[in-house]
Amino acid sequence: MNTMRLRHLRSQFRQQKTGVAALVILTVFVLVSLFAFLVPHDPNLIVVMERLQPPSAQHWFGTDDYGRDYLARALYGGRVSLAVGFLSMAIAVCVGTIVGTASGYFGGWVDNVLMRIVDVLMSIPSFFLMLILNAYLKPGIGTIILIIGALSWMNIARIVRAEAMSIKQREYVLYARVSGQAPSRIIAKHIIPNVMPTIIVSATINIASAILMESSLSFLGLGVKQPNSSWGSMLNDAQGFIVDAPYMAVFPGLFILLTVLSFNFLGDVFRAAFEPKANKR
Amino acid sequence: MNNYIIRRIVQAIPLLFVISIVSFSLIKLAPGDPVLSFVTPDMGADDVARIRQSMGLDQPAYVQYFAWFKNVLTGDLGYSLVSHRPVSTMILERIPATFGLMGASLLLSLLFALPLSMLAGAKQNSIPDRILSLLSYIGISIPSFWFSMMLIYLFAVEFHWLPSMGMRTIGVDSIWDILKHGILPCTVLTFINVSVYMRYIRSNTISQLEEDYVQIQYAYGASTGTVLLRHVFKNVILPVVTILGMSLPELIAGAFITESVFSWPGMGSLGITAVHGLDYPVIMGITMISSILLVIGNLAADILYGAVDPRIKTTG
Repeated sequence: MNTMRLRHLRSQFRQQKTGVAALVILTVFVLVSLFAFLVPHDPNLIVVMERLQPPSAQHWFGTDDYGRDYLARALYGGRVSLAVGFLSMAIAVCVGTIVGTASGYFGGWVDNVLMRIVDVLMSIPSFFLMLILNAYLKPGIGTIILIIGALSWMNIARIVRAEAMSIKQREYVLYARVSGQAPSRIIAKHIIPNVMPTIIVSATINIASAILMESSLSFLGLGVKQPNSSWGSMLNDAQGFIVDAPYMAVFPGLFILLTVLSFNFLGDVFRAAFEPKANKR
Repeated sequence: MNNYIIRRIVQAIPLLFVISIVSFSLIKLAPGDPVLSFVTPDMGADDVARIRQSMGLDQPAYVQYFAWFKNVLTGDLGYSLVSHRPVSTMILERIPATFGLMGASLLLSLLFALPLSMLAGAKQNSIPDRILSLLSYIGISIPSFWFSMMLIYLFAVEFHWLPSMGMRTIGVDSIWDILKHGILPCTVLTFINVSVYMRYIRSNTISQLEEDYVQIQYAYGASTGTVLLRHVFKNVILPVVTILGMSLPELIAGAFITESVFSWPGMGSLGITAVHGLDYPVIMGITMISSILLVIGNLAADILYGAVDPRIKTTG
């Protein structure tokens, strides 16, 4: 990341107030879910006498069907949702970058084999495949992270491959090859640093979709399960109380929307900063 | 042109073949031994072995695959473990509901997305453009199931205007009744689709407006409306075909979730129920059918694009 790009980025943030708002929202969400323990209520404490209480001064978000404080649950649930989003993005970005650079740099049969694998994975509805794998495998947060990561790297691989193919033709790469540097060194020193901006943009958008996928899986009862909870699984519980306690459906959904929206905004700010051509539009 | 179509179809065949292998492994990898569902406590080991043999499960995997594949080619996808009905019949029954909902929402999406995004593109950074752009950001970020829940709460629970579940009221058999049930799920899918399409069509409109032919029309004194309708429209509608093909996976995933929230009796809700009940033959059938639809959809988009864009003919 050179200083030119950082300058572009700063000027983008100055121009686009929504980008700043997105950063603020995300920082707040990360901080409150990190410091969730400061909320004076235990998210798992069952108080039968206080079940389904609407929001009040004592319980800001009300209580759920077991009388548990809903704010505390929403903050701890946010931890899971954000962690799943970040970690499965990390897996997808690593796999996507490795496959994309290998495919784009080496070309030939390597490219052919890898891209056919991408084609196959992209022609099976990945959301349904995630559902199936979640039902087959041992349930757990680790499993969900792995499954989402393993089935959402294909787009990144395609984008990185296209970039790597064009960077490979540049003179400094040709020079490095002629001077006898090992391919692994060329990829690490020349290709990946130059693809980095593209990777950052796709990573940001990827977190957004990973959080959406986790919440959809958990909502359908095939993702995060008791005793853990995420925003998606809270909405699964809330579905049964939509008549008696609509606030139970409002808060987690609003949090998912705000988080995903912010990552999407941020992704577009990065794109505008790193791809000046797209910026003009 | 014909060569191009044939080449694309030939390329799709190995893909379909691999999809069939993946679908087959979904049954093979399923936890649990399928034989056990036929075993009763009074059976001995040789009885179990006989059942295994009669089901062909003692054969090597590739032999089982080809036997299964031959059945699939004749339309036999096996029997549901839960309802014991043929999987192909179960899926065929559900297809009209899914296609009806998808078709209606696709049509509505295009009807909204085309004019709105051309307007947004023509009046870049105006207030309508900003509002539309915020709405489309929300549309791509909103969890579809949550949006559905909120609509159900507003229109079904609070105001009792619309039904929240299913496709028909029991005992009522009218088109109007089905339409009323379809309004909410169709709204969810349409809002999300429009948001996705708008981003592409808007930026296409903007780049078309920068083209020389548009500048020439302006120089001849054409109004913005004429330029948009008579010239830009033709060039903007072309890539829409590709966008439709590209957005198919999201369309299918959206159908799974939305159908199951609204208990819409389509393929999506059948699939979700099957996953919950670990009904492997149905899971496999839905995977096969939805993957085939995806491949055919992409193929159709490519071919259509080739058919409407004269530039592809010479290079293809």
